[in-house]
Amino acid sequence: MSVTRPTVCGMANDVLLSASGLTKRFGDFTAVDGVGFAVRKGESFGFLGPNGAGKSSTMRMIGAVSPVTAGELRIFGQDPATNGPQIRARLGVVPQHDQLDQELTVEENMWVYGRYFGLSRAQVRERAVELLEFAQLTERAKDRVEPLSGGMKRRLTIARALISTPEMLLLDEPTTGLDPQARHLLWDRLFRLKRQGVTLILTTHYMDEAEQLCDRLVVMDHGRIVAEGSPRALIRQHSTREVLELRFDVDDHAEYGAKLAGIGDRVEVLPDRLLVYTEDGDTAAAEVHDRGVQPLSSLVRRSTLEDVFLHLTGRTLVD
Amino acid sequence: MSTDVFTARGGHGPRPPLATRERVGAVTGYMLLVYRRTLRGTIISTFLSPLFFLLAMGIGLGSLIDERTGGVGGVPYLQFVVPAIVAMQTMWLAMFEATYPVMDYIRWSKLYDSMLATPLRVRDVMVGHIGSIAGRLVLATSVFMLVAALFGGFATWGALWCLPIAVLTGLAFTVPIFGFTATQQNEDGFNILFRLIATPLMLFSGTFFPIDQLPVWMQPLAWVTPLWHGVESARMVALGTVDPPWLALHTGVLLMFVLVGWVLCERALTKRLVT
Ligand SMILES: Nc1ncnc2c1ncn2[C@@H]1O[C@H](COP(=O)(O)OP(=O)(O)OP(=O)(O)O)[C@@H](O)[C@H]1O
Ligand SMILES: [Mg+2]
Repeated sequence: MSVTRPTVCGMANDVLLSASGLTKRFGDFTAVDGVGFAVRKGESFGFLGPNGAGKSSTMRMIGAVSPVTAGELRIFGQDPATNGPQIRARLGVVPQHDQLDQELTVEENMWVYGRYFGLSRAQVRERAVELLEFAQLTERAKDRVEPLSGGMKRRLTIARALISTPEMLLLDEPTTGLDPQARHLLWDRLFRLKRQGVTLILTTHYMDEAEQLCDRLVVMDHGRIVAEGSPRALIRQHSTREVLELRFDVDDHAEYGAKLAGIGDRVEVLPDRLLVYTEDGDTAAAEVHDRGVQPLSSLVRRSTLEDVFLHLTGRTLVD
Repeated sequence: MSTDVFTARGGHGPRPPLATRERVGAVTGYMLLVYRRTLRGTIISTFLSPLFFLLAMGIGLGSLIDERTGGVGGVPYLQFVVPAIVAMQTMWLAMFEATYPVMDYIRWSKLYDSMLATPLRVRDVMVGHIGSIAGRLVLATSVFMLVAALFGGFATWGALWCLPIAVLTGLAFTVPIFGFTATQQNEDGFNILFRLIATPLMLFSGTFFPIDQLPVWMQPLAWVTPLWHGVESARMVALGTVDPPWLALHTGVLLMFVLVGWVLCERALTKRLVT
C-alpha cells in the first residue's frame, strides 16, 4: 500500500532535495547567488562549473554543515537550519579533499566514522568488511592510510561515506586528480550505487564525468545556474551535433575567424584553436579546404558539454 | 541500546537520534585510537621531561638548599617543589594538547569537518575532545605522581589530592587555549604562547620558590594566572597545610578559567567550523 503525502511546493513527493533562491555569502562576497533545483529519489544530479563557480559552497549547504544565507533549502523535506543532525544522519558525504586520519589504518577510519552515526561496534565492523570489498581495498584493510595512492584514498572516502547506508550521497569532485584507470573504477562503483537506488549529487569540472554519471545537471558559473537539463538535451539545445576543431600555425587564431565565417552554424575562436559548430563536420572540413585555408590539423568530433559551457559563458571550463 | 535502534540507524528513512553519551563516546573512542597509536612518544614526552625536573630541581638543587637553609620554611625542598612540578607538567601537556592537535583537526587534516558532516555537532566534538584530553591528563599525572612518590616527593597521603587539582589546573589552560587555537590561522601564535606565557608562568608562579621572593610589583601577576593557584593548592594538600578558605579560592579561580574559557571556546570553535 502506498501512502500519499501532500506535495511540497507543487513538486512530487519523491523529491529528496529542493532549493529555491539559495544563496551563500562570505562577508561581502556572494559565492552562491540564488540558485534553484530539485532532485528526485534515485536520480543522479550534477553541478558542473569552473573553479570558484560555487559548487562546493552549494554542496556544503546541502550537506547541512554550512548555514544558508538566504533562500530555501529542503533535504528529505527538512530544513537544515533546524534539523541538521537528522539530515546528516541520512547523508553520505565525500568532500572535495579527503579528510581521513592518515595515521590510522584503513579499517580504523571506517569504524570510527560509523560510530559517529551511532552504529554499534559489531555493525561498523560488518559494514566495513563489505564496503572495503566494494571499494577493492580489502587487502589494504590493516594498512595505514598515509602511503595509499590518491585513487585508493578516494575510494576509502567513498566507502567511509557509505558506512551508514546513506540514502543520498554527496560527491564533491569525486575523481579530480585521479588517473583514467582509477576514474573508471570509481565511476563503475558509483553506477552500482545508483542501481541500488542511492541518489547521487555530484560536482565536477570534467565533461565526460558529467556525461557518464548524471541524469540531469546544472551548469554553474559565478554562483549562478546558467543552464539545466540532461547532458544530451543540453548539447542539443546549446550546441550542434558535431564540432570541427582547426589549429593553425599562428599566434593569434582570431585572424582565421573571419576567413571561415559562414561555415557551419557558428565559429568559436579560442587562443589555441578554432571550433566550427556544424551538423556535419566532414562537409565543413571540405568547405574550409575549398576556401584555400590550410590548417595544421583538423579534427571532427561529437559535441560535448564543454561546448555547451563555452557557448554559455564564452570561456572554457578547465583552464 | 536495543538492536532495533542500531538496525534502524543503518536503514532508510528517518533514523533514531543519538544520545549525548553516544555522540561524545564516538569522539572519545576515536581519540582513544589516536592516543594508542602515539603511546610510545607520549610516554617519552609526558614522563621523561618532568622526571628530569624532579632529578635536577628536587634532588640536585634540593640537597643544596636543604643543607644551607634547612628547606623552605622547614619543609625539605623536594617535598616543597614536587607538588608544583606536578601541576606544572600537567599545564605543559594541557597546553600542548589544546594547540597543535586542535589546529591539525581544524585546518590541516580537517578531521573536525569530517565529524561535523555526521550527526555530531560542534559541542559534541568539543566535549569529546576536551574530555579525552582530561583523561590523558589524569593518566600522565598519575604516572608522574607515582614516580615522584617513589623518590620521596610526597609527605602525606593527602598528596593524592594533587591529582584532581593538577587536572583542574590543566583544564584551566586547555579550555581557553582550545578557544584561542580556534581563532588562529597557523601555528605562529603558539610560539608566543609557549615562550612568552608558559615559560614565565613556569618560572614565576611560586613553582620553584615562593612568590613572596619576587619583587612586590610582580606578585599580583602571579595571582591572575591559573598556575599559581594550582601550585598553591597542590602544595597545601601535599604538605598537609590546607587552609580551607584559600583552597576554596584557588580552586574557584581555576573553575572560573574553565567555565569562562568554555563559553569563549565554544563560540570561537563554532565561528571557525560552521561557515
Ligand atoms: N569559507 C569561505 N570564506 C570565504 N570565501 C569562500 C569560502 N569558501 C568559498 N569561498 C569563495 O567562494 C567562491 C566559490 O567557492 P567554491 O569552493 O564553492 O567553488 P567551487 O565551484 O567548488 O570551485 P572548485 O572547482 O575550485 O572547487 C570562491 O571564490 C571561494 O574563494
Ligand atoms: Mg569545490
